[in-house]
Amino acid sequence: MPASPSQLDLTFAALADPTRRAILARLAEGDTTVNELVEPFNMSQPAISKHLKVLEAAGLVSRRQEAQRRPVHIEAAPLAEAVGWLENYRKFWEKSYQRLDGLLAELQSMTPKSDRKN
Amino acid sequence: MPPLTITLPSDREIQITRSFAAPADLVFDCWTVPALIQRWLGPADWVFTHCEFDARVGGKWRFVTRGPDGFEMASGGEVLEITRPTWIKTTELYDMDWTGGETINTNRITEQNGVTTSVVTILYASKEARDGARATPMAEGMEMGFKRLDELLADMPAS
Repeated sequence: MPASPSQLDLTFAALADPTRRAILARLAEGDTTVNELVEPFNMSQPAISKHLKVLEAAGLVSRRQEAQRRPVHIEAAPLAEAVGWLENYRKFWEKSYQRLDGLLAELQSMTPKSDRKN
Repeated sequence: MPPLTITLPSDREIQITRSFAAPADLVFDCWTVPALIQRWLGPADWVFTHCEFDARVGGKWRFVTRGPDGFEMASGGEVLEITRPTWIKTTELYDMDWTGGETINTNRITEQNGVTTSVVTILYASKEARDGARATPMAEGMEMGFKRLDELLADMPAS
């Protein structure tokens, strides 16, 4: 199911912050708890919790209740949607620009630098 | 050359930045001379069946390309501003209106130490139009999974 534009907005807004991107990169390796994020990020627990709330509101992470802990889990679908959206553009432009690289090399080999007008 | 970067400078824009090992005037010509445009622009395996670009203010441009299955895609517009070799500003509208109305496309071309950087900015009619312009099926995004996530994140605006 394609995400709605508002979902995409939430995703991009959440991803715009470098700390939140780093948290997601950590979570991509496996679930963790808030306390386990405090030390490597050198931030207070309330600061980490605030970032997690933004990620949770965007649907990028979820938290479940276990006996003594609430591990944070990364949610793949909205991220995949965001990746797919930009990836389409990337493919189009990268393929075109690779052909342009070749054309520019060809044009330069045909035109000596001193002959070219700027 | 570093890979291209794609950013979202505002909620109506997409910006594509790429550098080339060539002088600015050559890069500019590749964007504005039909014989050259046809050699590189567009999806792989698609060929131009029509390519015109009247490179002066008020000039019209129109591209028609045909895919491997015979499907034709056409877009065109007007040249709003043009300064060789640094600046191109055009309007663009697809015949089938893939982009939710006309877009305004700019291309800032700068040369430094023999390396030319092209910054293409596409301004959509609305945020919804920009977000709706995506055409990649969900399946493709899922398949990629996290493999390209780092790359995507590296391209995101720095908050």
